[in-house]
Amino acid sequence: MTLVVRDLALPLSDFTLEVSVTLSRGTTALYGPSGAGKTTLLELIAGIRRPQSGSIELDGRVISDLPPRLRRVGYVPQDDALFPHLSVRQNVFYGGAAKSGDIVDVLEIGPLLHRGVQQLSGGERKRVALARALVTRPDVLLLDEPLAGVDLALRDRVLEYLVRVHEEFPVPTVYVTHHLQEVEAICEEMVVLERGRVVEQRKV
Amino acid sequence: MTGEELQILGLTLRTAALSTLLILPPALAIAWLLARYRWPGKSIVETLVALPLVMPPVATGLILLQLLGRRGWLHRTFGIDVVFTWRAVVAAMMVMSFPLLVRAARVAFEEVNPRLEQIARTLGSGNARVFLTITLPLAARGIVSGMLLAFARAIGEFGATILVAGNIPGRTSTLSLAIYNLVQLGRDDEAFRLLAIAVAIAFLAVWTSEAFLRRTHDARRS
Repeated sequence: MTLVVRDLALPLSDFTLEVSVTLSRGTTALYGPSGAGKTTLLELIAGIRRPQSGSIELDGRVISDLPPRLRRVGYVPQDDALFPHLSVRQNVFYGGAAKSGDIVDVLEIGPLLHRGVQQLSGGERKRVALARALVTRPDVLLLDEPLAGVDLALRDRVLEYLVRVHEEFPVPTVYVTHHLQEVEAICEEMVVLERGRVVEQRKV
Repeated sequence: MTGEELQILGLTLRTAALSTLLILPPALAIAWLLARYRWPGKSIVETLVALPLVMPPVATGLILLQLLGRRGWLHRTFGIDVVFTWRAVVAAMMVMSFPLLVRAARVAFEEVNPRLEQIARTLGSGNARVFLTITLPLAARGIVSGMLLAFARAIGEFGATILVAGNIPGRTSTLSLAIYNLVQLGRDDEAFRLLAIAVAIAFLAVWTSEAFLRRTHDARRS
């Protein structure tokens, strides 16, 4: 996977996001303090927001002009945004059904499928949201602080699931976090974002 | 109930139901545009839609009479007779209850988290599928609640109806018009019987409408 972000610009309330970066490793951490523009950058890649200028290429394909549904980008937002009126099964298979049995097995959500999303714990919600994004077979996976809102005791479990997902389905991933422990646990590279600019990029 | 009362009740319920169904598609479309987008002329459309709520109903009726009458646009273009038929009853009900449905549907759409629609798009859905599988189901309770209010408003419609539909017993005499007739004729006992029916229907419609809204909010809180 090569994700090229070229001269992407978007004015935000107190600074302008200006990013040029090339991501070509398995899992890249997008690291930085709160309010640095990390989530905004993910939303720009997913197509939820439109940049003022610049472009985004995924494996040589310019995706920044495409509507979100054609980008083949799997986005798991921080609030997981599960569809509250649908069952877990309907959530997971919303974007497709191809070979999704494995995803359900790896994330161990089989026993949850018949439930409503209101009956899930924080950690279960994360796994369901992750499965929902993976089912569409995305070319790149965007995870926005996947451990936020998960009980401390369960964080390691969720992290284990993430590692297993990467072993079973090697989807290139951009992993937003502001915790260095997470970066060290699962990322191969990190990009540091501060006030809308890349200030550092290095191997982990 | 007497045969006459049943006839009045039947006409009223049928025309009010038809009116509510007919305004549903345009009301949803306008409510959705008002809830989700900014566009030039939006505030004018908002005002126009709300106008029947505050205009004298008789004035609205007079406008309808101009539009739908023998020399009106509809008759000249399509040759359809509306005035002084049950169709005029429906037309008056539609105009008068339209704002209530638009308002309720707009609030319902606004309460749907746009984030869920955005995520659905990243999962491969086009606008139509997002609307049908996410927006509409999540707004459904608020919309049904609005439909019940619109239905209740349609049943109570009087001022515009009497102008465009007249008050023809057996043909255009709805519950409200019939009550007025009976009072005019001094047949108070019969008027009170119809009054009881009207109160019962209104109570049921508003109560159900509120129940739908309560459940929406309870579901959201949990």
